[in-house]
Amino acid sequence: MEVLDQIESIQKEIVEDFSLFEGNKEQSIEYIMDLGMELDTLPEEFHRDEFLIKGCQSKVWLVASLDENGAVVFQSDSNTALTKGLISLLMRVYSGQQPQAILRSEPWFLKEIGMDQLVGTQRSNGLTAMIKRISDYAGSFDKENG
Amino acid sequence: MTETKTITQREQQLVEVKKDFPILKREVNGHPLIYLDNAATTQKPQGVINALTEYYSSYNSNIHRGVHTLANEATEAFEKTRNTAAGFINSKVDELVLTKGTTESINLVARTWGEKSISKDDVILVGGAEHHSNIVPWQLLSDRVGCKVRPVKIKEEGVLDLEDLRFQLSENVKLVAVNLISNSLGTINPVKEVGRLAKEFGAKVLIDGAQAAPHMKIDVQDLDCHFLAFSGHKMYGPTGVGFLFGKSEILNSIPPFQGGGEMIKEVSFEGTSYLDPPLKFEAGTPNIADVIAMQPAFELIQKVGFEKISEMEKELIRYSRERMASIPGLKEFGTSQSKTALFSFIVDGVHSFDLGQLLDAKGIAVRTGHHCTMPLMDSLGIEGTVRASFGIYNTVKDAEYLWDQVERIQSKYGSA
Ligand SMILES: Cc1ncc(COP(=O)(O)O)c(C=O)c1O
Repeated sequence: MEVLDQIESIQKEIVEDFSLFEGNKEQSIEYIMDLGMELDTLPEEFHRDEFLIKGCQSKVWLVASLDENGAVVFQSDSNTALTKGLISLLMRVYSGQQPQAILRSEPWFLKEIGMDQLVGTQRSNGLTAMIKRISDYAGSFDKENG
Repeated sequence: MTETKTITQREQQLVEVKKDFPILKREVNGHPLIYLDNAATTQKPQGVINALTEYYSSYNSNIHRGVHTLANEATEAFEKTRNTAAGFINSKVDELVLTKGTTESINLVARTWGEKSISKDDVILVGGAEHHSNIVPWQLLSDRVGCKVRPVKIKEEGVLDLEDLRFQLSENVKLVAVNLISNSLGTINPVKEVGRLAKEFGAKVLIDGAQAAPHMKIDVQDLDCHFLAFSGHKMYGPTGVGFLFGKSEILNSIPPFQGGGEMIKEVSFEGTSYLDPPLKFEAGTPNIADVIAMQPAFELIQKVGFEKISEMEKELIRYSRERMASIPGLKEFGTSQSKTALFSFIVDGVHSFDLGQLLDAKGIAVRTGHHCTMPLMDSLGIEGTVRASFGIYNTVKDAEYLWDQVERIQSKYGSA
């Protein structure tokens, strides 16, 4: 239960970060872009079709592994900075969390921030596809963990 | 000094035009809307909006068959648009078929003339920078009749390579299908020369005039083309209205497109006969309201006049090229001198999707991506561009705001 709370509290933090912009689209987008510019790039060897997420307008690669504590570690990259910013937010929420916790969580922060209006429906659909892939990874790791 | 003064006068006239477009008064993301996606669709003046309301509130009726007053009024208004459209491109009235857009116009030609005239060993040449709607209908035709569809190269500066066209022309080529202005690059193609070359081999010429119609005078007699397609919604008119010009002798000799009401003379199970063109190609109840509301859009373009439109565009091109040249890492596509005020570009280090989104946050509407010309993007070796396309209401001030913002975004996020 404690682990699920972590995902919850990170989401709350993100919502608070965005509340500083008071709905100003320009500032919100530039903030997401800046997050994207700061995100580590994924080594070229992972830029492979098997890691590519379908349904995104930009190219998005997502790689996952389990650490020694049984938590899922995500690494991800994109060819556009804004998408990398969105990835950065998802990494903050999900990377390092237990598979069970990921599976039980809801990404409510996106709605709270108004991500749809911020980045447009196409990119929003891409986000949904990313979250689906994250939970698919969590699902398969959860089985492995038994 | 005098130059500045004439520019200001022109700007003033455009400001007057702008007042006619209610949507341009709105704000987007806290900034006044600067609409630069005119190549996708243009905004609509009050006259067009009023015409729609007026039709539905005072003379809505089906056309061409009623005897009552409303039917007569509606038919008259509908046919008035056809007349205006014919005059607009200097064709005969019965050479002007009303469709729902350029796409339908081209598909109509492929279905009717194409199926009748094209067979297995024939070749259709299409420009290398065509919109998908001037590629896919020919590929579908090829699936049905087995002909070949081949691209004609585009030169570095974004216009059709006439050398390559000459090289590819042969007796087997039955059609050359090219745009007059590229929707991705804004470049103007030498279609008259295309026509001359095609004629030597007896090939017909179809011109996609979707982008050209709002920007330059098109004269089908002068171009001597066989078909011309264009869309009302790119000319400040409503969506769902398109035009197809076809030479009389061709329209008279080809089969109908769709079958149904409006297009028949007599129907019996022994045999059905059709009306003469253009009605032969207009089965079913057409888009009456939008066709009628197209009339004020033509009137607006005619009132401003192509001379003024072209003058203003020259100014926008001169100014924009100067600004683009000074932005580090900015690359323009379609560098030909012969073009409209449409700028297709990329900026090193800033993905075009991101650039589009950042501009939107400042109230600027541009298009990003492949612009329905994937083969062209492939040949340029890029995924897409940012496209800023100007319309009748866009001023140099709009361009200034655009380039200021691109410059700011480049200096913040660019890698050059
Ligand atoms: C050059 C060109 N051809 C054809 C089309 C298709 O026009 P419509 O969608 O109005 O049928 C467009 C519209 O984007 C265009 O720019």
